[in-house]
Amino acid sequence: MDAILTSEAVPALVPRAMSVTELTRILRDTLRSNPLLGRVLVRGETGNVQATAAGHVFFTLKDANAEIACVLFREDARSLGFSLGDGMEVVASGDVDLYARRGEVQIVIRALSPAGVGAFWAAFQRTRRALQEEGLFDGARKRPLPAFPKRVGVVTSEGGAVVHDIRAVLRRRYPLAEVLLAPALVQGPEAPTSLRNALAAVQGRVDVVILARGGGSLEDLWCFNDEGLARAVAACPVPVVSAVGHETDVTIVDFVADLRAPTPSAAAELVVPDAVQLRAHIEALRIELGRRMRDGLRERWTGLAALGERTSPSGYRRELANQAARVRTVGGLLLSAGPREILRCRERMEAVGRRLDALSPLATLDRGYAIVARGDGRLLTRAEDISLGEALRVRIRGGTLHARVEGKEVT
Amino acid sequence: MTQTSSFEESLAALEAKVEELSRGDVPLDRALAAFEEGVALYRRCQEILARAEQRVMKLEEASGALSETPLESE
Repeated sequence: MDAILTSEAVPALVPRAMSVTELTRILRDTLRSNPLLGRVLVRGETGNVQATAAGHVFFTLKDANAEIACVLFREDARSLGFSLGDGMEVVASGDVDLYARRGEVQIVIRALSPAGVGAFWAAFQRTRRALQEEGLFDGARKRPLPAFPKRVGVVTSEGGAVVHDIRAVLRRRYPLAEVLLAPALVQGPEAPTSLRNALAAVQGRVDVVILARGGGSLEDLWCFNDEGLARAVAACPVPVVSAVGHETDVTIVDFVADLRAPTPSAAAELVVPDAVQLRAHIEALRIELGRRMRDGLRERWTGLAALGERTSPSGYRRELANQAARVRTVGGLLLSAGPREILRCRERMEAVGRRLDALSPLATLDRGYAIVARGDGRLLTRAEDISLGEALRVRIRGGTLHARVEGKEVT
Repeated sequence: MTQTSSFEESLAALEAKVEELSRGDVPLDRALAAFEEGVALYRRCQEILARAEQRVMKLEEASGALSETPLESE
């Protein structure tokens, strides 16, 4: 025999047979290492949809000329947000892989959303009916928004006009509220999960949440019809205001939210009070405070004369002195308060204080002075305040005289 | 009232002072105290509104932990 036919030479001429496992491994590695085949976005019609007992869903995606096997594993199937049926037009995202056991190329689907008006509408109605039957849209579930939120959560896409608009409105209306932005994808098959995660992250840190997105096509807005997202909104521990698309767009999330705003800017208007109105409100309160203090002092003053009748002279003096001191203190406080209304209030109170001072040593009566009151006990300070024939009470040392005005000279 | 009391708390307290003053049966001492407190609360509300500047934070997730980072004002 020829010495050339050594055992080493055989593989060079006749390749050694690979095992099927080896071949499929090479195929799988080739598929996995191709950057074009990782995280693909495919559009097609579903067929042969089969859910296994374990919760995985197998189906095919096809168009007029081709078909590919797909698998949706349990965790992803659970977060789908709608029920998958045959003949639905969908957009799916996933990774192309080889199912070695059958040597079949398949897409491991991560997320899926309906595409095309018919499929959208059918899925929308299914979700809407299911949630409505569970009572998630009930008016009784809607919570009032906090009157003065300290922190406002904003779940929306990070870039773009929506965040800018919301920030601008909140800054103008009520800069007291801190804004916590939780960025999320707001379109595409992975948006529902992204939105849910953002909502979950932000909800424990704020008093109210705005869930917003700018205008877009039916497909763009689809993620806001996601059942899982709708349930997350319903379960959110703080009130949620939805603002998705334009005023005419209605999504499932809008039904579940505590309040639906026509636009993101409108949502911002709804969640905070207006600082301009608040300023007017506290100014009104300040004026009211002064007015009531003034009225209260006037009433008390009127009552003082009557009080004097009943109290022992020394107790009365002490009481009057205390009150006069107190009025002076408040007068000083008001002086530094500044604004005009408070100044008026201060003047009025100082006048009361001066009268109290003048009165406080009842001992002045000893020097021949008298306190003149009308018949009903109200103090009389000006001659023009009383008419001829009216009754007077004149408190003088040793008692009170009951008198009547017989004549009057105004000086 | 503490330094950290919020606008909401100060406003509610101010409203309560006005309410208290409008009751006829408050002793003069109490009325004057309520008035003084009311003026202080009014100042506090005004100051909070005047000094407010919007703060914007961004919530980020890094290696499973959430953190808040301040965003530039626009």
